[in-house]
Amino acid sequence: MTQRIIKGRTLIPDEWRVVEKDSALIPAGERIILPLALWSTTKSREQYGVWLDSEQTADDLTATHSADLLNDIALIAINFPTHTDGRGFSTARLLRERHGYKGELRAIGAFLRDQLYYLERCGFDAFALTDKGTLEDALRYFSIFPTHYQNTADQPLFKRQGY
Amino acid sequence: MYQYNRDDQSLIDARVEQFRDQTQRYLAGQLSESEFLPLRLQNGLYIQRLAPMLRIAIPYGMLSSRQLRKLAHIMRYYDKGYGHISTRQNIQLNWSHLEEVPDILAELAEVQMHAIQTSGNCVRNITTDQFAGVARDEIVDPRPWCELVRQWSTFHPEFAFLPRKFKIAVSASKEDRTAVYLHDIGLLLRHNAAGEIGFKVLVGGGLGRTPVIGSVVREFLPYPHLLNYLDAILRVYNQFGRRDNRYKARIKILVRSMGTEKFTAAVEKEWQHINAPLVDEATVAKLQKHFPLPAYDRSLSDDLLNNDNTIAQDNSAFAQWMTHNVMPHRQAGYAIVNLSLKRTGMAPGDITDDQMDAIADLADEYSYGEARTTHEQNLVLADIRQSDLPALWKRLTQLHLATANIGTLHDIICCPGGDFCSLANAKSIPIAESIQRQIADMQKLYDLGDIDLNISGCMNACGHHHIGHIGILGVDKKGAEFYQVSLGGNAGFPPSVGTILGPSFAQERVPQVIESIVRLYVDQRQAGERFIETYRRIGIEPFRTHIYPQ
Repeated sequence: MTQRIIKGRTLIPDEWRVVEKDSALIPAGERIILPLALWSTTKSREQYGVWLDSEQTADDLTATHSADLLNDIALIAINFPTHTDGRGFSTARLLRERHGYKGELRAIGAFLRDQLYYLERCGFDAFALTDKGTLEDALRYFSIFPTHYQNTADQPLFKRQGY
Repeated sequence: MYQYNRDDQSLIDARVEQFRDQTQRYLAGQLSESEFLPLRLQNGLYIQRLAPMLRIAIPYGMLSSRQLRKLAHIMRYYDKGYGHISTRQNIQLNWSHLEEVPDILAELAEVQMHAIQTSGNCVRNITTDQFAGVARDEIVDPRPWCELVRQWSTFHPEFAFLPRKFKIAVSASKEDRTAVYLHDIGLLLRHNAAGEIGFKVLVGGGLGRTPVIGSVVREFLPYPHLLNYLDAILRVYNQFGRRDNRYKARIKILVRSMGTEKFTAAVEKEWQHINAPLVDEATVAKLQKHFPLPAYDRSLSDDLLNNDNTIAQDNSAFAQWMTHNVMPHRQAGYAIVNLSLKRTGMAPGDITDDQMDAIADLADEYSYGEARTTHEQNLVLADIRQSDLPALWKRLTQLHLATANIGTLHDIICCPGGDFCSLANAKSIPIAESIQRQIADMQKLYDLGDIDLNISGCMNACGHHHIGHIGILGVDKKGAEFYQVSLGGNAGFPPSVGTILGPSFAQERVPQVIESIVRLYVDQRQAGERFIETYRRIGIEPFRTHIYPQ
């Protein structure tokens, strides 16, 4: 059965496969997300997705791949080894707001539906959610708060309120 | 004080429903213990020895009478009729039931209160001077800035899962009353030479196992950049702070391992990318409107406080209270009144539901409907007409809130300790009481002058033992509760971390040891010298030889 992910707040079938971090072999086939080290060895990087582990920063990616070319990558995924490891929130914002990445930014790993709201605010638009509960029910967690104080890509609340 | 608008209210209402959902899922087995843990912690809910502890946020220590009454109601209805003021100006309830916490949060939301981010690895409640807006030595009222930082930190999407907890204090006076150097970020409000408002930015202070005085990363940050600069600091920490060992995960360890210079360079580099100013004069002016000066009667003068000599010569209980608990106010004719929560026989910082209700009434009658909590675990009525002081004193006396011991050795900062906390190695509340009883004579107590005595039941240092002039730390010695004493710590300017006196003592010896220490001080002091000043002059050795004779 095809697995599903959340993308753009809807459920879609998904065929991308994530290759383990210590793997040295690129499997045959399409729709493959490679760990950063392996991905940087490939010549045709655009055809693969790349995933960053939590200790790998946006700069680690742009060090091996010019930021100008980021938008040629099929997708970038960021791993959450545990739901309490918050590094991926910064990585996502940096990719979006500093490096101008506009493609799919996918959260993978052990994050919770309770974090979807923050993840989306930081720039994630795709979520391979694996916690307990249905994906249908998870969708409501995007709109758990009616507004927000901080600016991420937008203005802070006090500005929007005319302060 | 700050009044919520529709957006603020909608956010805390949503938070209540979010936590209700999370609690239900946890109870239904849909969230595991470890998944639920950070979610409940970020709503102030700890699991303690006997029951869950709920820590309710009091942003920068300000409370309205309506909020005081709500807290009294919650203590009475959901808990056991008392609460505990923490060193970060919050209030803790020790006997909450998990199933009822969503209802408690809903009641709090009715009065613009919450328990958001009072625990967990996120930005915690912002603290400041309990005398904000009324202190004579204040440079700028810190509260509008605290509110700005409160908004910035509340549900910050990037910084909700940091390596470890993160505490910010704003200090705005010539004397520091916030332990600003002992915070993950300390902000010192000040003017530059051109008279513009900005902040001296300190990073990497903290207590716990590894006490560190914060480092200056910026001498002057113009105020328009405050929030971006905080973002830059937090972003460096979030990415590079250690996550492999919780005892090395605070930002102080990162600052230390990188070195202040490199850390500062990393922050400045990050900030260069995001330094478009977010705050302008109009923002500040609007925020300031939330903290107007009360409608003081400007025709009054400092009649009562000016009678210093009469009061100093008068040994009456009222005069003692005036001397120790009442402080000068920046508005002529008014005074700041400290309500002591350090009466012998009551756990330091504890307050009952009935006291809370009564304080709400007193706030309405005498202090423009507001009260404050303090870092030293007391309460403050900040705007009292001097002519009302005798009447207020009578009322406070009836409530057992007029113990004239503010700033003295009896005004002990103390964590809940082994009586409540599952982390503690030793009890701390009975130690505080035994010391109060050892030096029970008030004249002797007053003769000792101002001494900060701080007690923690374990090295997590919630009782701030490192920065007490005298610090006491509970340790476990082969299953028995022992106490290590340190001397020379200081929370204000200049900050210092205490030096351990020597081997620890059994519980029953602690009061005598403390008495011997202060006796040596009395023998050694020069005219007018406070304990900490004598200590700084003579050092720890005389105390060591006095307490541990060969």
